[in-house]
Amino acid sequence: MIDRLSKSRSSARKINKIIPTPVADDGLDGKSNPFFDLDQNGAVMAYYIWIDGTGENMRGKTRTLQRKPTSVNELPEWNYDGSSTGQSTGENSDVLLRPVAFYRDPFRRGDNILVMCETLCPDGSPHPTNHRFGCKEKMDKAYAHRPWFGIEQEYTMLDCNGKHPYGWPENGYPGPQGPYYCGVGANRVHGRSIVEAHYRACMYAGIKIAGSNAEVMPSQWEYQVGPCEGVEMGDMLWVSRWILCRVAEEFNVVISFDPKPIKGDWNGAGLHTNISTEAMRHPGGLAVIQDAMSRFEKMHIEHIQAYDPNGGEDNKRRLTGAHETASIHEFSYGVANRGASVRIPRQVEKDGFGYFEDRRPASNADPYAVTGRIIQTMILENTEVIKARCKETQTSDISDNIESPLSPTDLDLKIENKEDILV
Amino acid sequence: MDGLDGQTNPFLDLDQGEAIQAYYIWIDGSGQALRGKTKTILKKTMDPKDLPIWNFDGSSTNQSLGENSDIYIKPVACFKDPFRRGDNILVMCETLDHEGNVHPTNKRNSCFANMEKCKDLHPWFGIEQEYTMFDYTGVHPYGWPANGYPGPQGPYYCGVGSDKVKGRKIVEAHYRACLYAGIKIAGSNAEVMPSQWEYQVGPCEGIEMGDHLWVSRWILQRIAEEFNVVISFDPKPIPGDWNGAGCHTNISTQPMREDGGYPEIIKAIELMGEKHVEHIISYDPSGGEDNKRRLTGLHETASIDKFSYGVAHRGASVRIPRQVEADGKGYFEDRRPSSNSDPYVVTNRIIRTICLGE
Repeated sequence: MIDRLSKSRSSARKINKIIPTPVADDGLDGKSNPFFDLDQNGAVMAYYIWIDGTGENMRGKTRTLQRKPTSVNELPEWNYDGSSTGQSTGENSDVLLRPVAFYRDPFRRGDNILVMCETLCPDGSPHPTNHRFGCKEKMDKAYAHRPWFGIEQEYTMLDCNGKHPYGWPENGYPGPQGPYYCGVGANRVHGRSIVEAHYRACMYAGIKIAGSNAEVMPSQWEYQVGPCEGVEMGDMLWVSRWILCRVAEEFNVVISFDPKPIKGDWNGAGLHTNISTEAMRHPGGLAVIQDAMSRFEKMHIEHIQAYDPNGGEDNKRRLTGAHETASIHEFSYGVANRGASVRIPRQVEKDGFGYFEDRRPASNADPYAVTGRIIQTMILENTEVIKARCKETQTSDISDNIESPLSPTDLDLKIENKEDILV
Repeated sequence: MDGLDGQTNPFLDLDQGEAIQAYYIWIDGSGQALRGKTKTILKKTMDPKDLPIWNFDGSSTNQSLGENSDIYIKPVACFKDPFRRGDNILVMCETLDHEGNVHPTNKRNSCFANMEKCKDLHPWFGIEQEYTMFDYTGVHPYGWPANGYPGPQGPYYCGVGSDKVKGRKIVEAHYRACLYAGIKIAGSNAEVMPSQWEYQVGPCEGIEMGDHLWVSRWILQRIAEEFNVVISFDPKPIPGDWNGAGCHTNISTQPMREDGGYPEIIKAIELMGEKHVEHIISYDPSGGEDNKRRLTGLHETASIDKFSYGVAHRGASVRIPRQVEADGKGYFEDRRPSSNSDPYVVTNRIIRTICLGE
């Protein structure tokens, strides 16, 4: 049995070599780097990752550590030249890096690690572009509600110049959308090797990757990360993005997180965010979800501002009301409704409890900003503020009885296995 | 382009018996290029004192005339060879003339003597080596479009993605090779200009800085051979609105590292300010001519004409890191040396100014 398995695996490897995959123009011609098995003399390479001044691109650099860390507290703070990343001026350029999480490095392997960092000003205060700090404060305040998140990251593969979608005909367009979503076949999907590599790399690294699928537009893909509690959602999603861009380097492909990469009758890319709190996950949870909807409606503008790195400008190109999006101007929600701002899955309605999906965030949104905004509206925002919004907008069909969000001690609750909830 | 079509060399795993290959490395007459050749040594060793003094034809390296061409190379440091592996070694050497005297192009000897004089101050160095990758002709930057230029600087520094960084494989290989060899490589990052990279070596005490940095440069160029890429240490490889390349040198002495060391740092920097011209002459192999193309006052450099320093100031000649100001002790960064400077000359000049009062 074992012999047959190993034979079929090696013949599968041979088949993969016959199929031409693009290789990076790096002088190796597809062969592996012969220096990668050199002994490191006990030293560890730590790749520090941070978000730059654009709020959507990532940067990173390596340092040697003398031994493998067992906790993030052992990782030293560092700094970099913020004037080269749009985060400071030349006269006062140092920006501090503080490690917040680390993962196994799927490229360098061994004991080498990837380190997610937040950025601080020289005086130790969070940098203006650091949205993690505020997110974590909110998550800490709302801890008792045990908020869980699952994010669906959509993205598009472009050729090595970062301009033309990968696999699209050189002068022209592929056939219209329809056959590509979850498809199979060389004329339906492009770049599956990258998707496969990314999934395995995330699993190895310890990122909670939950699934992946080909998307509606050709060369567009999606993967999901979660369920994650609190600030872990942002940490894992950002690192999963870096891993994806780095994997694509190996294939001479560029990843775009632009929310509307191709104008016209082509889908945009989103960051659908699934959320639940402890109260929502238990019988009677549907009412808590309904209450959250009332709050969301009142804060629609604030959410749109938080749901892409340019205060809503990027999403204007994407949230048109067509292509399975809701219009950017109005908040709406519905069961199994993919044309609404928020979709409540059919199963959740049937069960009477579960989670809901906010479909508004753009694919290049900052998950720290998104999850932080959601927690702020759902749990932390002063109830009076919400009620005042009701009066401002004078909508009579929304209940004035907006309650403070239920705290989990109000219900007799047991903590359930997260995996049972995940769809 | 070596006939192997990417396969590994089938002869590299042949048994060597007891003998090892020692690759002797030296700096040639240009003061910036490295040369090397191999010698079989019958018994394995990592101690330079066990290795014989050798010699080479200096008339082929701009170091002597044909009639009297033998130059001696004397081993000074050994590292494990990441290409030949096993017990094979890389051997850094200094050059002596036919009478056994220090050769005029040998800058290590006087550096070593001065480091010995101030060894009680325990001077530590860390050097940030910047460099640019070119294609195999050595003329066109690696990964740049065939007819034209990449988009302007901005997204490349510490970037990720095929459209942001070129040649990461070489960087990864170099880092691992240095760790293996025993070079004190401390970090690396993609730089502001596309196809430009940086790595840091240190902290090294005294003469070790020059030895480790020179061998790390040799390893880098040798790795790039495997990838058909040429490494340039020119400080301004592309004129115009493109960053130059430096060898920012970080320095501290024992008093600077101790509590209350900050005034020592300022004192040292002030001394360096008085010798600005002397330092500039030492900070590239052409007496300052190379740096004229690079130190313009733009692209995160200070002007070559004036000495300046400041906390977290990347447009100054010397930068004091913000953390050092906060701690009241630490080190400082001299941003003037060019990427092709000789670390023996640079570190020697620095300690002469700040430790020996010369």
